[in-house]
This record gives sequence, C-alpha cells and structure tokens, in this order.
Amino acid sequence: MNAITKRPSSLTQAQFHYCPGCGHSVVHRLVAEVIDELNIKDRAVVVAPVGCAVFADKYFDVDSIQGPHGRGPAIATGIKRAKPESIVFSYQGDGDLASIGMAEIVHAAARGENITVIFINNTIYGMTGGQMAPTTLVGQVATTAPKGRNEKLQGNPINVSEMLAQLKSAKYIERVSSDSAPNIIKAKKAIKKAFQNQLDGVGFSFVEVLSICPTNWGVTPLKGLEFLREKMIAQYPLGVFKDLTVANKEGK
Amino acid sequence: MAEKVLMKGNEALAEGAIRAGCRFFAGYPITPQNEVPEYMSWRQEEAGGAFVQAESEVSAINMLYGAAATGVRAMTSSSSPGLSLKQEGISYMAGADLPCLIVNIMRGGPGLGNIAGAQGDYTQATRGGGNGDYRTFVLAPFSVQELANFPKKAFELSEKYRVPAMILADGILGQMMEGMSFDFEPVDPKTLPQPCWAIGGKHADRARNMVFSYALGEGELEKMVLKRAERYALIERDEVIYEERDTQDAEVLIVAYGISARASIAAMNIARANGIKAGLLRPITLWPFPSKRIAELSKKVKAILCVEMSMGQMKVDVDLSVKNACPVYLHAKPGAFFPVAEEIAIAIESALKGRKDQLFNIEDLAKKAENKIYAVNNPVCKEGALL
Ligand SMILES: Cc1ncc(C[n+]2csc(CCOP(=O)(O)OP(=O)(O)O)c2C)c(N)n1
Ligand code: SF4
Repeated sequence: MNAITKRPSSLTQAQFHYCPGCGHSVVHRLVAEVIDELNIKDRAVVVAPVGCAVFADKYFDVDSIQGPHGRGPAIATGIKRAKPESIVFSYQGDGDLASIGMAEIVHAAARGENITVIFINNTIYGMTGGQMAPTTLVGQVATTAPKGRNEKLQGNPINVSEMLAQLKSAKYIERVSSDSAPNIIKAKKAIKKAFQNQLDGVGFSFVEVLSICPTNWGVTPLKGLEFLREKMIAQYPLGVFKDLTVANKEGK
Repeated sequence: MAEKVLMKGNEALAEGAIRAGCRFFAGYPITPQNEVPEYMSWRQEEAGGAFVQAESEVSAINMLYGAAATGVRAMTSSSSPGLSLKQEGISYMAGADLPCLIVNIMRGGPGLGNIAGAQGDYTQATRGGGNGDYRTFVLAPFSVQELANFPKKAFELSEKYRVPAMILADGILGQMMEGMSFDFEPVDPKTLPQPCWAIGGKHADRARNMVFSYALGEGELEKMVLKRAERYALIERDEVIYEERDTQDAEVLIVAYGISARASIAAMNIARANGIKAGLLRPITLWPFPSKRIAELSKKVKAILCVEMSMGQMKVDVDLSVKNACPVYLHAKPGAFFPVAEEIAIAIESALKGRKDQLFNIEDLAKKAENKIYAVNNPVCKEGALL
C-alpha cells in the first residue's frame, strides 16, 4: 500500500489538545507542512502565544519560546535581530494579537521586521472560556457580552489585516480561511509565501486565518463552519491586502 | 594600566556592557537613563550587535527575552516607571532560567515622581518585582568606574546560575561625570561558548531547544521552583559582595549602597573628626544581601544607621539580618536628589546618643499626621489639598 499522506516531520509525536473541529489543528498542520517543504526545520523558531495555542511549542518540532500574552512580535524581533539566520514565526490568537498585544504587532509591522506572523481569528477568547474579543462580531454572544456585542457599548470589531496593510513597512498581508478544502489549500499557499518571504529577506509577512471555536461558540463544528462562511467572511473579507513581495525582491 | 578618562555614568555603563560582550540592546526613552540607548544606538552597530528602540518598556523587555534566549549577551535599560512595566517580562525570564542584564537608573516615585536620583525601587528589585517566586541578582554600583565594570560581572553571574541580573543605580550616578578607566580586556563574543539551551540560528547538529516558564503538569511547577531555590541558596551562600570601611573599631555602623554610600563616607569622616567612631558597610550585591556580615558586625557596634534614598526599604533587610542584636536607625532621603553628608553626620551622632535629630521616627510621624488628619471631617483632603 502506498501512503498518500503522512504526518509532517515538523510536528512532534505529541497529540494535539485542541477541541474537535478547532481551527488551530488545521493551521498547525499547514505550518508544519510548509516548514517541511521549505526545508527550514533546523532554523525555524516558533514563538508560542498565551491562548489555546500556548502549547504550540510542544507540537512543532523546532526551537521554541513561549512568551507573555500578546508579546510574540517583540520576542520574535529579539530573536531575529540577535540571530538573523533563524526563521522566526509568531503564532497568535485574536485576544493575544488584537487586544493585549496590539502595540507589539503594529510596531513590529511598522519597523518592517523580517518575521512571519500567523494570526488565528476565531472571534473569541478560547482558552479563558469564550469572553468577547476585539474581533467578536456585532451581535455575537460571548460570556462577557451575554446579550451579544453591542455596537454602542463595545464598538465594532477590529479588522487587523486591513489596518496593518496601511503600514508602509508591512510587506505581505493576506486573510485566508480554514473552513473548506479549497480555502485550506489557499491558506497553505499564503502561509508558504509568508515563510518564503522571510527566507528571501522581504520583510514583515502576516497571514490571518479565519477559524472556528465550536466549543466557545456553543455549536457543532459543522454549524461553526456555517457561521464562519455566512457571518465572519462578511465582516472579514478574504484576500490579499498587500503584497510588496515582488517589488521588494526586485529592489534588492 | 588603562588610560584614565572622564566619562558620564550612563555612557560608561553602556561602553562597559559593549566591552563585556553585550551584542543586543532594546530600550525605550526615559530620563535619567537616556544616554544608555543613545550610546547603544551607534555603538552596537559599530560592534556588530543589534539595537532596537522599542515602542514601550513592555516590548523592550520581551525583545530582550527573545534575544537572551538565543544565547547572546543581551541588555535593556530603563528608569523606575519603565521598570514597573518590565516586571512581567522579568518574571518570564526568571521562569525560563535565562541570563540577561536589566539596568534601572532609578528616579523618584511613586508614579511619575521626579527625574532626580532616588533609591525607591529597592524592594521591587530585590524581591523579584513581578509575579511568582523568583529573584534576580542585584548589583549596586557607587561610582562611574563601577558602572563600567559591573555589566561584565552581571553577565558572568547571570550566566553561571541562569538567573537574570540587574544593575540598580540612580539618576545621580547615571548623570555624573568622573574619572575612570576600562581596566579589563574587552570580551569578544565569539569566544564565549554557545549555551546548550539556546534557541535560534542554523543547527543541524543538535536537538531542538525549548524556552518556557510554564509547568502545568501535576507537581511540575513545584519541582521547577524548588530547583531554582537550590540555586538561589547557593547564590546567597557564595556570591555576596560588599565593601567595608573603618569597621574594625566602629561604634556606629552605617549601611548604605550606591550614591548614599558616597555621602555616607563623607559623613563618616565628619563623625570621626568629631570623635565618633563610625564605619561603613556598603552592600554591592543587594540580592544576595550581606546579611551574615551585618549580623556579625551588629554584635560589635552600639548602633546601626541605614542611609537610603527611600523610606527604609533596605532597612528591612538590615533588620532581618540584625534580629534586634543592636538598635537600627534610618536616615531617609526619598526623592531629595542627594543625601547630605552633614545631615548624615548628625544622624550618626543621634544613633549613638539616642537622640532623634535626622532620624526617621515612626511615632513622631504618626503624631504629625494624626493632628492633621483627625482635626477635620474629611480625613484626606481639605479644600482640595492633600493634608
Ligand atoms: C497578562 C495576562 N492576561 C490574561 C491572561 C489570561 N488569558 C489566557 S489565554 C487568554 C485569551 C486568549 O485568547 P485568544 O488570543 O483569542 O486565543 P485562543 O485561546 O482563542 O486561541 C487570556 C486572556 C494571561 N495569561 N496573561
Ligand atoms: S476552546 Fe476553541 S480555540 Fe480553544 S481548542 Fe477549543 S475550539 Fe480551539
């Protein structure tokens, strides 16, 4: 019998602790496949966040560092500047990146750090039990917004990709989704590009992945995917918000 | 003998760090330490290192976390309010057992306070100011010469025990100019061994490394904390540094560090000229604190006088060392720019003769506040002014 797929070698043997259907599992696999394909396992460093992906350091079979809530891009900056031959990626959730760590991500992008950031937008604080995130949709129920996010009290969600695309030194910004096979293939392409950019010295590359958190949304994974397609994409359109990859490569 | 030059404290510190092999610096502007990042901004480039002006102290300490994890000698500096922001990161680095250097050129507090020199961050520095059970080395220079020499010492201690190190100085030391010389061979970072725990770089030849501070499995965290406690115990036994002056025949022992020790030396000479035998113990490591030596001396002297630019923060450590073997007094100059030798000399005499002049006295202060506060209906303010 021929194997048509196998576990990426950049994943350890540890079993994921993620809930069934969780977007983190899908994205972990995609990142690991990319690390394998680019053959960068012995120079990759994962910066694990505070959030459900805190144990990303146990799952990726590469050098790792786990840091304070939201500070991944600053930690990645320190590693990359001290050891430029490393391929550093910060893996973050939306509470981590778009709330407590907003300053760190904006300034890493503004400085044009040559790092890769994988941003999991599941519209909620997963690990702490479904509290409202900066990305929670208007009307979406959260444990700290039991009647749904109220625009008048809690404002509107932050579209991080669109925001970062405004910064001149951000080189590549794309939003993808993990909801279906075609979208997952696109997501992988985007992730690969974000790593390739770092190898090429292009600069700050950022991939936002829309994901589901069935557990804290209180739905089945299938219902969760429906919500993602119907509601999330309306607020968070998929696509490339910025791509200076080519221009930059030619400029080098 | 190296050439003697006139140098500003903050710049001597920065150059001393470069010569100690520091090749990463991240910081954020704050007075009175601005000369450190300013100097580093061009000097790191010249030395082939990295300099980042961070968007905040929070970010700077996390850049340090990342850089230190790669095994380079890495440093950040700030002043008091900035150190408050760095505490989370320091706690993570202590938890991840990473060597690094953090500098605090202290200014007056709490809050925005002022930009004059102060020593009000003693407790924060010596107790591990962030969350959890940890310590950091705390070295307290008292001259521009020591500011230049201590980064090397700090890196060596920090690497030996994998415990973060702090240099705790104050705005006066940072700003003053003094004759000094760089009297050690510059360290070439290439000659330093790459630590086995470091992450990053290209490596086909080793297994992956993980840097983290969590331990969620049952009993795991306790094991980590206890292991660290063993190292802390060894440090407390073996790495205490202090200086003594005229303690052999002293009847009053002054305990003071940093700039307060400078003023105390002058005060000691005044006291001796007046026939009072005063001596000085200057803690150089504030953690580990020279408790053992202070305990020994407390059995020989008639009184101990703590001189500090804070309200008895260091005195707590002296009290813990002395255990009531002799009276311990406090001459406190919080946020006052500089302790005055003549005032300390009076405090020395008061300590010896049981007087109150120039000594901190809790009962008298409470009385003063009582008369003000209980005299009016609103206990905290009257016509908008704090009593
Ligand atoms: C300084 C600090 N504040 C708060 C927390 C608690 N905390 C842990 S995870 C988390 C939210 C994570 O949510 P998100 O980033 O959206 O990631 P997810 O779990 O959804 O993947 C919070 C607030 C913490 N660990 N540290
Ligand atoms: S709580 Fe949500 S984000 Fe966390 S593992 Fe479960 S599904 Fe994933």
